[in-house]
Amino acid sequence: MTELPDMLAAGPEIFLAVMGMVLMMVGVFSSEKRALGIVSGLAVASLVVTLASVVWMADGRIVAFSGLFLTDSFAVFMKTLVLLGAVLVLIMSENYIQREGMARFEFPVLVIYATVGMMMMISANDLISLYIGLELQSLSLYVLAAFQRDRGRSSEAGLKYFVLGALSSCLLLYGCSLIYGFTGTTQFEALAVLFTGKESAASPGLVVGIVFLSAGLAFKVSAVPFHMWTPDVYEGAPTPVTAFFAVAPKIAAIALFLRVMLEPFGGLIDEWRQIIVLISVASMVLGAFAAVAQRNIKRLMAYSSIGHVGYALVGLASGSEAGLRGVLIYMAIYLVMNVGAFACILCMQINGRMVEQIDDLAGSAKSHPMMALGILVFMFSLAGIPPMAGFFGKFFIFTAAIEAELYTLAIIGVVSSVVGAFYYLRIVKIVYFDDLLEPFDKPIGRSLGTIMTLSGVVTILFFLYPAPILDSASIAAAALFPG
Amino acid sequence: MSEFPLLSVVTFLPLAGAIMILLFVRGTPDDVARNARWGAFWVSLVTFFASLVLWFKFETGTADFQFVEVQPWLPAFNISYRLGVDGISVLFVLLSTLLTPICILASWNAIQERVKEYMIAFLVLETMMVGMFAALDFVVFYIFFEAVLIPMFLIIGVWGGPRRVYAAFKFFLYTLLGSVLMLLAIIAMYIAAGTTDIPTLMQFKFDPQWQTWLWLAFFASFAVKVPMWPVHTWLPDAHVEAPTAGSVILAGVLLKMGAYGFLRFSLPMLPIASEFFTPFIFTLSIIAVIYTSLVALAQEDMKKLIAYSSVAHMGFVTVGIFAANQQAVEGAIIQMLSHGFVSAALFLCVGVVYDRIHSREIARYGGLVHRMPRYAAVFMLFMLASVGLPGTSGFVGEFLIMLGVFEVSTWAALLIASGMVLGAAYMLYLYRRVIFGRLTKDDLKSILDLDAREMLIFAPLVFLVLWMGIYPAPFLDIISMSVTNLVDNYHGALAAVDGGKILAASR
Repeated sequence: MTELPDMLAAGPEIFLAVMGMVLMMVGVFSSEKRALGIVSGLAVASLVVTLASVVWMADGRIVAFSGLFLTDSFAVFMKTLVLLGAVLVLIMSENYIQREGMARFEFPVLVIYATVGMMMMISANDLISLYIGLELQSLSLYVLAAFQRDRGRSSEAGLKYFVLGALSSCLLLYGCSLIYGFTGTTQFEALAVLFTGKESAASPGLVVGIVFLSAGLAFKVSAVPFHMWTPDVYEGAPTPVTAFFAVAPKIAAIALFLRVMLEPFGGLIDEWRQIIVLISVASMVLGAFAAVAQRNIKRLMAYSSIGHVGYALVGLASGSEAGLRGVLIYMAIYLVMNVGAFACILCMQINGRMVEQIDDLAGSAKSHPMMALGILVFMFSLAGIPPMAGFFGKFFIFTAAIEAELYTLAIIGVVSSVVGAFYYLRIVKIVYFDDLLEPFDKPIGRSLGTIMTLSGVVTILFFLYPAPILDSASIAAAALFPG
Repeated sequence: MSEFPLLSVVTFLPLAGAIMILLFVRGTPDDVARNARWGAFWVSLVTFFASLVLWFKFETGTADFQFVEVQPWLPAFNISYRLGVDGISVLFVLLSTLLTPICILASWNAIQERVKEYMIAFLVLETMMVGMFAALDFVVFYIFFEAVLIPMFLIIGVWGGPRRVYAAFKFFLYTLLGSVLMLLAIIAMYIAAGTTDIPTLMQFKFDPQWQTWLWLAFFASFAVKVPMWPVHTWLPDAHVEAPTAGSVILAGVLLKMGAYGFLRFSLPMLPIASEFFTPFIFTLSIIAVIYTSLVALAQEDMKKLIAYSSVAHMGFVTVGIFAANQQAVEGAIIQMLSHGFVSAALFLCVGVVYDRIHSREIARYGGLVHRMPRYAAVFMLFMLASVGLPGTSGFVGEFLIMLGVFEVSTWAALLIASGMVLGAAYMLYLYRRVIFGRLTKDDLKSILDLDAREMLIFAPLVFLVLWMGIYPAPFLDIISMSVTNLVDNYHGALAAVDGGKILAASR
């Protein structure tokens, strides 16, 4: 029987889901012109309220709905990041959706539903609830990718994402069923009990199940070799949606990946570590090399995000509390950098038209010095050059990797980060060294400017007072490693 | 400690100045340029005077770190913000703070575009350089060490010559590749010792097998920075394309970062590996000295010639460091300082004629002595200091190095001595072609001699080169205790290992 305390544990999710429905009604019954404005405002407000309640209700580990759902400090940390990402992207997209003919109130509603799905993923404590959360998220995202329905590329992106996403869901579901078949349970805690302390408890069928499960999850985080959809979808989707893809779903999927690998299957680390090491190396290397040849900034960001997932997986591969903490810090910093970088990309418009080629940035340091400074900061941060925040993300990840004696992985990681630095530098070069071709429109809009400034300041000054993020990441990491 | 945080002030004053210029310098383009120049000049001058206090208050009788500041930074990871200087690092802090105002003066008229950004980049660079020499925590050190790349990349790339993009990328990526390997070594040391506190790590005995790998990782970073043969190829490109002031800082300070790293980390922390690799370092350095001297002889571009001479001179330094005795290490430090003044001044000399004629080709010049007697005199002084004429700073450094190296290896001493001969050859050849001869080129017939600003730039360097050459004792006093301590610890650690081996063998 479900009782009230159970409901309370999932309070933020329930609230957000209800708000999603309410907003749909509001959108339908308000006049067509004002619908988007009202719904957007309310959507941002309800996301903020949800964020506040997630943080406020954080209260240790609570398992609800007969073990299907749980909140702990890990979930709180990740939900905070996801909600922040969603809020910031909604605010950033305001101008864009007005201008690009996608001013329909369903946009914020879909973002809300996707966010609910992500929060469910993060809180999943059972293979079934994991799948439901994942699908709720994915279905909303498929629609979002195709939201600019008048443009062929956007529809194509949506369709591609849907077909490949469905395939990966199949893999994942198949993995789940194998796991259920060989262990007789879908509950994380029950699985964890099965595997703790027993070195050789994994039957081949179970291992195959884990492989399928990781393949499905790797697709969702867009790790190589399941990354093929990423560049096309990132390029085709409307830019704010790309920004959303780059942050919120990625963070949620990483959270899910971490929890699934470390909680139920933590005892089997020797079985799955090599898989993670492999996809991590492949992601870092491919992300670095493939991005070099890109001309479109959104495609470049896609490969960049593939690379970054590779780094995050280094932390997972180390399988330790330090590694997990590293990933959490990494994702927090990743969120800030990417939101900032996409804020800069959203500024790229000439005569009211969005441009996406990297070469269009040429010489913009002369016309938009502050935006150029922003790009400089975010690019050096993404490349992991100190004192920018991105360096600290990498630092903690590699510390964990070396502690876990994964030396080769660490060396491949840092070397590919040098290759990666090349294409980030190329953008800085185009912005600062090249001659101005056609200046971007001015002004860039208040909300974009504010978000850019804020994330830029956080990225530069992270080193001054890193304690809040480090401490909360430590607490969150401890939640998955009790005792 | 409630003392005045002098080192932090010296480190972050330029950064504060840069932020002020970024936020508050506005108006018409002319106003912006003028205010940015003056603002940056005053900030760097005040920083220099603040750093002079370090010189006067420095206690020469101890090898301990002085002016130490500790602030908790990442307490959960046992990493703290820690600054301090000893006899080895304090002079490099001063070198950085001295060269920055000189650079700003040298760019006064040469830089006309985006002056504000240029000045900001230079002040940020100064903070990073000073912070790097003053850092006593490995992570803090690494942050400063790497962050230097960002302003330098921009200085070369935005205000550089025609192939600036290539040079900037090469500079950045070469150095970055070395640095990230060092980062892994730092992390490995952190995990082994549980701290990133540099003085503690100097006492920590790392596992000899590990030392080899850690040493190689550090070598990857420092060898690129020094630069040692064969990873020196970024340097001529960077020098040729960088604006004059960029070359000055590059040769004056950035090259010292690698050698400083060897002295601060490789020798004290990894003595066994350092001893093991000494022949390797000697070989590379000797090749550097002889080969790059020969290459310098064949250069047509003045800046390239001086760049190659830098590689040769830094070869002396690395030989001196790894000879690891009192004279050689002291000589290496003096040589680094001397090279900091001399090569900086030589690049400034090139800058003077480049500003007038806009060419660095040696063949474009000739007979300048007839029109520019003051310039010829200044150039001659620095040229001779570079050659190592007694009475100039170059002699003191090279002599001490030779003395120390001779004790360790006669062959090494002999071979690097031949580098000195070649050094004289290419410098004198350069000087003859540029300064002497007949004044035949038309545009040179109206060239003007040094003006007041340029005299002001050269004056402190002339003074220092002569002072260090004639009476080096004040410098050696500051250095010597720390060097003694370093050398004693190094040989102590080696003796302990040898003793252990003998003990093990006798069982």
